[in-house]
Amino acid sequence: MKKSELLGKCLTTGAALIAIVSTITIVVFISMKGLSTFINYGVSIKEFLFSVEWLPDRLPEEGGPQVGVLAFIFGSISVSMLAVLLSAPLSITCAVFIVEVAPFWGQRFLQPAIELLAGIPSVVYGYIGLSVLVPFIRDNIGGLGFSVLAGFLVLSLMILPTIVSILTDSLRSLPREYKEAALALGSTRWQAIRLVLLPAARSGLITGIVLGLARAFGEALAVQMVIGNTRKIPASILEPVTTLTSAITMDMGNTPMGSLWNSALWSMGLLLLIMSFFFILVVRYGVSKGGITR
Amino acid sequence: MLKKPKIMVAALLCLAAVAAMAGCGGQDAKQGGEGDSARQLSGNITVVGSTAMQPLAEQAATQFMARNPNVRIVVQGGGSGTGLTQVSQGAADIGNSDIFAEEKNGIDATQLTDHQICVVGMVVVVNPSIAVDNLTRQQLVDIFTGKITNWKSVGGPDQKIVLVNRPKASGTRATFKKYALGGAEEAAGIEEDSSGTVRKIIKETPGAIGYLALSYLDGSIKAVNLDGVAPTKENITTGKYPVWAYMHSYTKGKPGGAVDAFLQYMMSDDVQKTIVPQLGYIPETEMKIVRDVSGNIKNK
Repeated sequence: MKKSELLGKCLTTGAALIAIVSTITIVVFISMKGLSTFINYGVSIKEFLFSVEWLPDRLPEEGGPQVGVLAFIFGSISVSMLAVLLSAPLSITCAVFIVEVAPFWGQRFLQPAIELLAGIPSVVYGYIGLSVLVPFIRDNIGGLGFSVLAGFLVLSLMILPTIVSILTDSLRSLPREYKEAALALGSTRWQAIRLVLLPAARSGLITGIVLGLARAFGEALAVQMVIGNTRKIPASILEPVTTLTSAITMDMGNTPMGSLWNSALWSMGLLLLIMSFFFILVVRYGVSKGGITR
Repeated sequence: MLKKPKIMVAALLCLAAVAAMAGCGGQDAKQGGEGDSARQLSGNITVVGSTAMQPLAEQAATQFMARNPNVRIVVQGGGSGTGLTQVSQGAADIGNSDIFAEEKNGIDATQLTDHQICVVGMVVVVNPSIAVDNLTRQQLVDIFTGKITNWKSVGGPDQKIVLVNRPKASGTRATFKKYALGGAEEAAGIEEDSSGTVRKIIKETPGAIGYLALSYLDGSIKAVNLDGVAPTKENITTGKYPVWAYMHSYTKGKPGGAVDAFLQYMMSDDVQKTIVPQLGYIPETEMKIVRDVSGNIKNK
């Protein structure tokens, strides 16, 4: 092996090792911190996951602290699912428009515009939501404005670029023959898109949606600013709600390390980590079977 | 020909990785200077904790460093819990907190020394459209525990009450719960991370009620008296108005050297008579009473 080649190999291996080691240490650290709620403080996992009583500061004479995060889990899931439900059809339409319907306009204007959305910092989304969307909902739809509705509207805009860019890539990578064959067989443009191209790009579509969902799940700041952070399960989409991420950020700095309260926040972090592992597994193994192979 | 670009890419990757690592290692600069002789003050001081106290600590630090060029003070936020944890672990020299260390579970308060720098008053605020100027203690408790849900019941307009809280771990909320609500558990309401956002929400939301530090009062929201007592500086310093908290600077054991000098500077007229009132706080030196962690009040 040549000397320069060896050097290059060492450098790349080193870089890869750093990435692997940091991932592993982060996972170990969060797990250790997060599990201490259950090991050191004896909170049962069932109580943690299925109780809505979030009373980490309750005095011993009133029954002692209790950390149930069901309301936060419900908040996270409802807000991100609704965001994906709204964003996915919009994204599919945008991607089809960019690749198939109007490639010139789409690639010159629509795609850069959507990619620009990805570059806007989440605090800006949150602030626009707080200043424009929340008062709009309060005055025109009802409730306080701080609501599940405001949260998932902001999120659906934020995850749009993720889904669109993955889907456009996978639509573009389809063999030309698919479209040509469909058209040659007499299908209309609409039929070719709906019955041939979109099903063929299915894996890209699912990957995009899962990654969008993961991003929605992990987003803290923008959501926190518009959902009102009420610690109970909402009765309608016009009521405020709390998500796991916003519950963590709000209490993090003010709780001492190692206390039950702080450990419970780490446990929520662990829960988020497990969820994102799950999403990654879905993308890697659940999706690869579908779609086309070249 | 083909190999060169690959090596360049690899080298760039490594550089980026190394830079990222270096960025993570920045926390080591700390301490030192504690045992140094005080003739020419020198050393590094790390101040961590309460974001409410951060502007005060920063301004005082800037002035102190101008007088003592060999002292370097780094002021960080992070919250009271972080401040107390870091000072207990010895990772920071001063931990700022807006509540007593004894009130935080998981902190061994016996090894910490308390330095009370100033006092912050807290006031009940409502949306300007609510024509209520005074609430009794009982009315306030009933509102925040969810027993009273309409302003009509306390002499206001027929308007639903919207509770705006700080997060549970916040010192402002702990103080409010202890001294205004007598420890009663609040009903679920909107929770916001920062006092600025609380003010914005109360200003814009009809029927909103919340609480803020006195320093956040401006014309956009309306302050309410408690049991007929206005939340003024005079009423707080004499003990007539009960909802206030000390701002604490904690050190591990007795401070020495530059840390001691800085804390003394915080209590000097240079800080107490200028920076403290400018930021809307009440100087500790002007308090006529002393309150301990259990709420017992004595004259100074």
